[in-house]
Amino acid sequence: MTDTVTQSVAQRRELIAFRIGDQEFCVDIMSVREIRGWAPATPLPRTPSFVKGVINLRGAVLPIIDLGARLGLSTSEPTARHVIMVVHIGERTIGLLVDAVSDIINMSDDLVQPTPDVASDQVKTFVKGLFALDGRMVSLIALDRVLPETEAEAA
Amino acid sequence: MDPFESIKATFFQECEELLTDMESGLLAMEQGDDDSETINAVFRAVHSVKGGAGAFGLEELIRFAHVFETVLDEMRSGKLPLTDEVAKVLLRASDVLADHVAAARSGGGVDEGRTVGMIADLQGLIDQDRANELGLNDHGDASGADEDFGFVPVVLSLDEPATDAPDVDIAALLSAAAEPAAATPTWKVIFRPRAEMYAKANESALVLRELARLGDVEVSLDASGVPALDQLSAEAAYLTWTIRLSGDKSEAEVREVFEFVEDDCDLTVVREGEAPEMAAADGAESDASASAVEAAAAAPLDLEALLARVAPTAEPAPLEIPPAQPVAAAPVAAPAPAPANLDVAGLIALAEKASQDHAQAAQTPVAKADPKVDQKAEARAGSGAATAATPTIRVDLDRVDRLINAVGELVIQQAMLSQRVFESGLARSSDVALGLEDLELLTREIQDSVMAIRAQPVKSVFQRMPRLVREVADMVGKKVRLVMDGENTEVDKTVIERLSDPITHMLRNAIDHGLETPEEREAGGKGAEGTVRLAALHRGGRIVIEVQDDGRGINRPRVRGIAVTKGLIAEDAVLSDDEIDNLIFLPGFSTADVVSDISGRGVGMDVVKRSIQALGGRISITSEPGKGSKFSMSLPLTLAVLDGMVVSAADQTLVAPLSNIVESLTPRAEDVHLIGGRDAVICIRDTFVPLIDVGVALGFRDTPLPPASGVAVLVESEGGGKAALLVEAIQGQRQVVIKSLEANYQHIHGVAAATILGDGRVALILDVDALVTTSRRKSPRIEKRMAV
Repeated sequence: MTDTVTQSVAQRRELIAFRIGDQEFCVDIMSVREIRGWAPATPLPRTPSFVKGVINLRGAVLPIIDLGARLGLSTSEPTARHVIMVVHIGERTIGLLVDAVSDIINMSDDLVQPTPDVASDQVKTFVKGLFALDGRMVSLIALDRVLPETEAEAA
Repeated sequence: MDPFESIKATFFQECEELLTDMESGLLAMEQGDDDSETINAVFRAVHSVKGGAGAFGLEELIRFAHVFETVLDEMRSGKLPLTDEVAKVLLRASDVLADHVAAARSGGGVDEGRTVGMIADLQGLIDQDRANELGLNDHGDASGADEDFGFVPVVLSLDEPATDAPDVDIAALLSAAAEPAAATPTWKVIFRPRAEMYAKANESALVLRELARLGDVEVSLDASGVPALDQLSAEAAYLTWTIRLSGDKSEAEVREVFEFVEDDCDLTVVREGEAPEMAAADGAESDASASAVEAAAAAPLDLEALLARVAPTAEPAPLEIPPAQPVAAAPVAAPAPAPANLDVAGLIALAEKASQDHAQAAQTPVAKADPKVDQKAEARAGSGAATAATPTIRVDLDRVDRLINAVGELVIQQAMLSQRVFESGLARSSDVALGLEDLELLTREIQDSVMAIRAQPVKSVFQRMPRLVREVADMVGKKVRLVMDGENTEVDKTVIERLSDPITHMLRNAIDHGLETPEEREAGGKGAEGTVRLAALHRGGRIVIEVQDDGRGINRPRVRGIAVTKGLIAEDAVLSDDEIDNLIFLPGFSTADVVSDISGRGVGMDVVKRSIQALGGRISITSEPGKGSKFSMSLPLTLAVLDGMVVSAADQTLVAPLSNIVESLTPRAEDVHLIGGRDAVICIRDTFVPLIDVGVALGFRDTPLPPASGVAVLVESEGGGKAALLVEAIQGQRQVVIKSLEANYQHIHGVAAATILGDGRVALILDVDALVTTSRRKSPRIEKRMAV
């Protein structure tokens, strides 16, 4: 009885979990359009180091963000084993470079804990919350912060 | 969208077309074309706008359109002769009508004063005409007063808007039929609407009323086709009218009343006394199957008979179908031989089945009829009649864009495939390679055809200009005749949308600054009316738009003087005539003594020039004092593809727009000089221009390339500044499809857009303007952006 009540209050959703280094992250499955292998990108001039460049996704020019670099984790040069998650952020479609996609998780919102204060500012900007899964910690990524600020804001 | 709203949207879309037709018709009339077809076309346009407006209760619009229509009607009946003055009033009225439509669309208001004034002017035309008529022919033709509906028979009852076919005020119509004929009938019209006519929201009552305007009418209704109540289908048509029309009208005039419905009704028009060649020769086949069922189901409006038919003992006879009747007959005919004591339920079921079949059968003719109707409508929407337009369809622009994208992809894939096959070492004569060649040809053809879909004649922009010219001319008190050429020149939709502003500006400029006042012109031995010519043509894979006036031309000493006082040029500068003419494109240059409302806010031609250059175009002016000036601007035919030079710099493949490139050369080490620490200039034919290392400027590399080992591409920026771009190599020249970077990322300084090359990789298109200006003043903003 209590179970059903909880269920109707807290929204359940599916998340895609992925790895960068030895950490695990996830995003809402609804924002992921496809997952593809790494292909060399055309570098863009005057862009932050976490912007790997652009690739051709069936005729659209898709910017690739190295999510590890964006989060301040150490990164290495991407190889064919790396994965690009094509995600929608608002009106835009971008590719996130991650090490590997690991799992699809079905969980409810009330299990997400707020990011503890210990985390650095940079991490807190991009991590919406944490939750435990089989003893592992998974961080929920706030996708809307991933893109660099627009020129107008930066200038 | 709310269905009502979507219908309304369609109405306004149609209004646009109608207004265009109207205007082109009026312009033809202004040129003295008083052909009845032209006048009719204009009349129809106004009438249709009014009709549609009626459906949406747009009172203001109806009120104005009605007056307008009345004047046109007078012209149509030949009572109001076409004069210059009349044409001018009508043109102005068309502007007001367009305003009303626009106001109705946006829900805004209109200039009430202007409307009232316009109505008065139009009324003036009618009154004048009436006066003429009274003086000239006093025989009191009924149609002269038809606006009042003041004549004898029955029309009043038809005035009541009937909402649904079977609800037509039958009593009134019947009583109408009973009234004695007012005059000797000369035409006998048998009008039998089909269901399709009502389905298209046409209304018999309106048609009859229209007919009544032609002369005295005597209407009789044949309601015998109306079936019993329980078999009455709300969407079917059962009524037939016979109209006797007296009056001195030709058959064509009578038939014209039915113009909008003639494909959806059975219409016979015969002179009374002639043998009536009856019944709907053209409508017969589509109606044959239906009439079988109808005949079987038909009943008089008599309750007795109705009851009698529903009675259990009813004979199956009424349901028997003549064997000759096709299609729908079959399923109904099957049960016919059944025993005579059919029960009510069975009978009703049978009737229902019959009516279903009827409906099915009716659908086929509808579908068949449609294309015909569309073609007709398109033809009408075309050029006011004279030329029969080819059928067209309306397609969502989104769909076309999707198709264009997909074809762009196809081209790239095809190029990639060719490259792979080539790399795999297959012989050129192998079947695969040959097949690929065919594929390539086919792909190109598809691409060209697809781009042609989006190409549109510049007409859509040009047609807005006559009005602008009229208004500007009125405002500055000049007489102007606008001549337009090459309206059918086609250009990509992306370009069309951006043509309007520069053309507007150039026209205003031509009228305001170029043309003299009527007095000045007469003093100078020219006609009081100035001519402005707006032309479009294709030249060298680009579209050229010319705006030419026969005004005073550019006053070079004055232009020069202004440029000197404004500090735009040095006092002792030696300039050719051409160079002086082009000074007017400099920012902050405006020659009008008085800053008028129209042009000359000091944002004149330099704005035009910049907006044209932003499209990859160029503008220039030629002028002859006393004879006039000519602006010509040339633009690429499409903004979807671009001619570019593919270059490589710092291991990257980049594309420089060809429109910026002046020449390319191999720099010699002795021509390159350093200014200060890193900034280099190159000497090209005794002129020093900045040498920009593209790899360094874009931050792909820190150390500049030794100039002698690269290629310098001399470019001209939109601001007119020149620079040499140093790249490693030139790979070739090709057409590339422009892809936006902003769509998924953001603008990057120095990069105009991206494209996809044959190998499937993304290549960046250089923003030459930005590169050149950045090299002039190194912006600290870039470092800031890097820091995130």
